[in-house]
Amino acid sequence: MSAQHHAVPEPVGGPLLNKVTFIAGTLVAIMAAILLYRFIFGLGAVTNLSDGYPWGIWIVVDVMIGSAFACGGFSVAMLVYIFNKGEYHPLVRPALLASLLGYTLAGAGVIFDLGRWWNVWNMYWPWSVNPNSVMFEVAICITLYIVVMWIEFAPVFLEKLGLKDMKRKLNKFLFIVIALGTLLPMMHQSSLGTLWVVLGTQVHPLWQTPLIPALFLLSAIIMGYAVVLFESCIASSAYRRSIEVSLLNPMARIMLGVVAAYLAVRLGDVIFRGVIGRSFALSLEGLMFWLEMACFIAPFFLIGREVQRRNPARLFVAGILLMLGGSLLRLNGFLIGYDTGAGFSYFPSLSEILVTAGMFATEVFVYVIVTRRFPVLPREAPAH
Amino acid sequence: MQEAFIHETNRAAEAAADVVERRLQISRREFLQFCSGVAATLGLPAGAEAAIAKAVEAAQRPSVIWLHFQECTGCSESLLRAEHPTLEKLILDIISLDYHETLMVAAGHQAEKARKDAMAAHKGKYVLVVEGAIPTRDNGIYCKVGGQTAVNLVKEVAADAAAVIAIGSCASWGGMPATDPNPTGASSVAEVLGKPVVTIPGCPPSPYNFLATVVHFLTFGALPATDKLGRPLFAYSRLIHENCERRAHFDAGRFAMEFGDEGHRKGYCLYKLGCKGPETYANCPTLGFGDTGEVSWPVGCGHPCIGCTEKGIGFAKPIHAVAKMVNVAPPLQYARIVEEQGRGASFASAAALAAIAGAAAGGAAMLTRNLGMSHKAEELEKAQDKAGKNQAEV
Repeated sequence: MSAQHHAVPEPVGGPLLNKVTFIAGTLVAIMAAILLYRFIFGLGAVTNLSDGYPWGIWIVVDVMIGSAFACGGFSVAMLVYIFNKGEYHPLVRPALLASLLGYTLAGAGVIFDLGRWWNVWNMYWPWSVNPNSVMFEVAICITLYIVVMWIEFAPVFLEKLGLKDMKRKLNKFLFIVIALGTLLPMMHQSSLGTLWVVLGTQVHPLWQTPLIPALFLLSAIIMGYAVVLFESCIASSAYRRSIEVSLLNPMARIMLGVVAAYLAVRLGDVIFRGVIGRSFALSLEGLMFWLEMACFIAPFFLIGREVQRRNPARLFVAGILLMLGGSLLRLNGFLIGYDTGAGFSYFPSLSEILVTAGMFATEVFVYVIVTRRFPVLPREAPAH
Repeated sequence: MQEAFIHETNRAAEAAADVVERRLQISRREFLQFCSGVAATLGLPAGAEAAIAKAVEAAQRPSVIWLHFQECTGCSESLLRAEHPTLEKLILDIISLDYHETLMVAAGHQAEKARKDAMAAHKGKYVLVVEGAIPTRDNGIYCKVGGQTAVNLVKEVAADAAAVIAIGSCASWGGMPATDPNPTGASSVAEVLGKPVVTIPGCPPSPYNFLATVVHFLTFGALPATDKLGRPLFAYSRLIHENCERRAHFDAGRFAMEFGDEGHRKGYCLYKLGCKGPETYANCPTLGFGDTGEVSWPVGCGHPCIGCTEKGIGFAKPIHAVAKMVNVAPPLQYARIVEEQGRGASFASAAALAAIAGAAAGGAAMLTRNLGMSHKAEELEKAQDKAGKNQAEV
């Protein structure tokens, strides 16, 4: 189970300023300018939010979808530490880095979207909290998880800085942190789904179900694996490294098992509640429902057989489809199938889109810098 | 027998009514209307008007000595100029006004004698009404009547009075003459006498508040209940703000911002023009002023209340300074009434979204193609290796 059996992680090296970091950096700078404007003149000056749609893409994409994308660390850690599949260990650090960035930005994204963000400290002030609130659970859980992940990832920085003594001390209680790191996402990813239970009839019946917390959790795990597939393909392609197909192949099989469970719950719920008929109605919601389902079903045809899973191109596309499916689930419930009454509509403003693009650009930017300078990706095996 | 008794009583009542009618030169009906009005002003229960009518009819007119010091006589004027047709008659008839410098015909030593005579004749029974502040600096030399300082005069007359009433803001706490720097040391009646007295503050006060206080004394033999500043509770227990006719505008956030603007012409709340209604206790909005109808009080005419019944507010705070809310503070900003419902897609946002989606799809397609090609090449290599190995084995 220890890392000695596997390739030791090491920095990729290479220049920090290249085409990717330049484009990403530009998007980050644009985001920073818009956010400065937003913090001076308020949400109304920048976003298309209204009383009917108080949550736009900053919450749904940056926080809901962003944090689900960031479940790679959690999904892989669960595989390695809970199911004791030590062979996946080389995937942990890169997945954890992506998760760390995703969650930290999701936490920041919540602040951007808070109308009176200066009151945010009340969330952590024991005399102000409302322990019965779903939002409170999500907020506390995500905050804790961000802290936990930074501790989980700390060995990377300690190795780089040569603080061996501190790393040894940290290793002694790291298992508690890792255990927390698998528990916390289960709690808040399901609670994010509970928000739909709370929103009630405003959410279209195809998405509003008491089972939605389970669906959110399952889809978050799926998206975690999908992101690992996606990210491994991109990283190997960008850094011209060999792909860990020998690891991704069996992991994709496990992922398909979770997708099957998800589809069983999802379809079973829609049929059992008798709302499946609504999906055949000629409406945007019906179309989006089947688009979302197609994204979850298609991977079985793409990578269902062992031979297919050996092809990284198929793994990559399957990963993208599952990420898209999970994203559509969240988009559909929070924005497309969400109706607060006559007259209200929402389409993100240019500023909102640019900030969301900037958030993902930040992830890319930091990912490139960290993997090039810190020991995250496994050492490339000598060419055969 | 019974009939005879009722007849006798009616005849007595009619006779009494005749006397009142002749004395006050008003009809019985008007007289009873007045009694009901006073009972309502005092907030007394039904039936009290009968007691008031009886007390007034009985003509046990208390002797009243009315002293003037540092003042403008506005209080007396307001009592006399009231448009109610019989008010001045009633004031002068309910009470026996034995000394009043403005109204009395007597002058000089004759006037002073009238005061001394009244004090002697009604010792311990007369009512002292003080109008105006009393200067205390430099031994009170800034106000003298008949060679006597105001301080001495008020002390002398108050000593044997059954009740002391301070009318107007000046007598109540110093009022206008006591405004900083208060060069004469203008003080209230209570300060000079060293004991609490009933005060009817206002500049001028509503004549009915004074009249009702006197009638209360006449009817019940005691002055009405007061707050800690000596103001009768029946008139001064509520903030002007509480019963203001413009209160709904305040609650809705509709304010006149300057004189003559649209809000001002529409009768909006005068809070932002400095109305002191929210920190001033008086019954002006319920009683009106000067008997000329509903709008006959400052706020009704469109001017902010200056807080003339409130020590520390009237003549102390600038007229257009915003009042301090005694009961509830309004937010600095009100929520907008217009509710935005979403703007739909703009060309720029739709284009940006399409560009991002296109770039992502294109990038993904390219990457997939490359991955597929390298996979094919790898497979080919493997197959060749295998073939090579097989060949070697063969």
